Amino acid sequence: MTRENRIPVTVALTVFLALGGGALSAQELLNVSYDPTRELYQEVNAAFTAQWKARTGKAVTIQQSHGGSGKQARAVIDGLEADVVTLALAYDVDAIEKASLVAPGWQKRLPQNSCPYTSTLVFLVRKGNPKGIKDWGDLARPGVSVVTPNPKTSGAARWSYLAAWAWALRQPGGSEAKAKDFVGRLFKNVPVLDTGARGSTNTFVQRGIGDVLLAWENEAFLAVKELGTDKFEIVVPSLSILAEPPVAVVDKVVDKKGTRAVAQAYLEFLYSPEGQALAAKHYYRPRAKEALAKAPVAFAAVKLLTIDEVFGGWAAAHQAHFADGGTFDQIYSR
Amino acid sequence: MRFERRHSVLPGFGLTLGFSLFYLGLVVLLPLAALALKAASFGWEALWQATTAPRALASYRLSFGASLAAALVNAVFGFVVAWVLVRYRFPGRRVVDALVDLPFALPTAVAGIALTSLYAETGWLGRPLAALGLRVAFTPLGVGLALTFIGLPFVVRTLQPVLEALDPEVEEAAASLGAGRAATVLRVLLPAVAPAWLTGTALAFARALGEYGSVVFISGNMPMRTEIAPLVIMTKLEQYDYAGATAIAVTLLAASFVLLGAINLLQAWSARRGAVE
Repeated sequence: MTRENRIPVTVALTVFLALGGGALSAQELLNVSYDPTRELYQEVNAAFTAQWKARTGKAVTIQQSHGGSGKQARAVIDGLEADVVTLALAYDVDAIEKASLVAPGWQKRLPQNSCPYTSTLVFLVRKGNPKGIKDWGDLARPGVSVVTPNPKTSGAARWSYLAAWAWALRQPGGSEAKAKDFVGRLFKNVPVLDTGARGSTNTFVQRGIGDVLLAWENEAFLAVKELGTDKFEIVVPSLSILAEPPVAVVDKVVDKKGTRAVAQAYLEFLYSPEGQALAAKHYYRPRAKEALAKAPVAFAAVKLLTIDEVFGGWAAAHQAHFADGGTFDQIYSR
Repeated sequence: MRFERRHSVLPGFGLTLGFSLFYLGLVVLLPLAALALKAASFGWEALWQATTAPRALASYRLSFGASLAAALVNAVFGFVVAWVLVRYRFPGRRVVDALVDLPFALPTAVAGIALTSLYAETGWLGRPLAALGLRVAFTPLGVGLALTFIGLPFVVRTLQPVLEALDPEVEEAAASLGAGRAATVLRVLLPAVAPAWLTGTALAFARALGEYGSVVFISGNMPMRTEIAPLVIMTKLEQYDYAGATAIAVTLLAASFVLLGAINLLQAWSARRGAVE
């Protein structure tokens, strides 16, 4: 760099920094979310920013961060200043609560257990369903190759693990022992355990491995839409689990940054007709009937069980199945 | 200290040593000390249990075994590559030379995904290999393959300058003094390159031990079979099991420290021996 052009550069830098500093005075929210919500929150953020500006005249910028649900929760616990968290399962928000960042009883502060939309776990199979996969039982048949992420690291995988377990329990003569045997046989058919849901989708879709992918319903719809109905089909099992991805304001952060009002409004926006319509557009099951009716796809009417009714809540489910020495570890140590 | 000062011809010893210690402390020791401190905050029993759980033991076996295998493969073939690059002149030599650095520069996740696409049973190389009954992706063999890929530059780049400094005339002199081919290699060449060779291999090994990004794609991550130790650490962190993660991290660290120390001793010994001969 020559001496002459050093001055303009300095000036430009100063101006840039001053402007950057100015932008900071506008309110900024950080939404820490899980993997497949990227596209949803891009749209939600744009819509909410416009609405907030119209309502209060104030500008707000919303940053979003995505990754595996557990990883994201850990980042918040370790100091990532999230104003709101929108994660895959309540267990992860509970972990943030344990770190005293979210007040106890957070799940009762917003309607519907703080879950503005729900989803479920379905099967994605190759066109024509060559292996004739119709229900959970088919996944444990010899010769069927099943792709799912690792339940130790992926929220989606935990939901599908528990869905498989619940299905086996509800079969005639079902018992805990039979459920364990069934899930064990199912995982014998799993050739690769990716760490996250998107990783598994890639293994199944791009790399062509496996006959069936256990996927979030919204990811399955997205895969079919992006890659064409001539390649994949969605199979809905006879019974699945009601996945409730919760949202929460991170009390300690919003009180420190003074962003409580806008953070609260942001989460409430998810329950508004506009927010519900966006959720439906991205293949989440909205809570509001009007949005459900206008959804771009027909959500199959499938019997959905909740974690609470089958497993007595996430803490108990985690302890029994995914903690060290739980049923998942037992499957692999046999 | 005073002794050093009297004898050193170079000024600034105190200042540079102080800076080096400070820098090493800040960059290397501080995070490691934090790790040890964290480990100490959990009870010994919890740490011991996490360290010796069957899944953890299986992951050490895979991590150390595959890293060692990869380092040995690189020691052999890295030597050949370095030798060819230094001793021969051929068209495209510079391109090949630059290629060696690629595993350094490439994000390891990219390497992992590329290797998996190639070697999965649906991939270009995986399909014919599977027809021969050899499965690479999602087996320990795949883990070794990824670790070999990322370790290659360490051996080549540490050997190259030493080979370059080695004058071919020395070999000619040995030959003219009546040494056979084997004797020339064993008694002239090998002692001179052995320290650098060991260093390169040790670096490749250490790098492989800590590798995460490229391996998790090709390993398949099956507990007890293809799960590397760094993945077990990540898994435990994601379950908020800080004690377990720390325990395995400390074990990995201690083992690496001992191994690297041993290799350093070996290297010093071989350097001394080379100097004597």
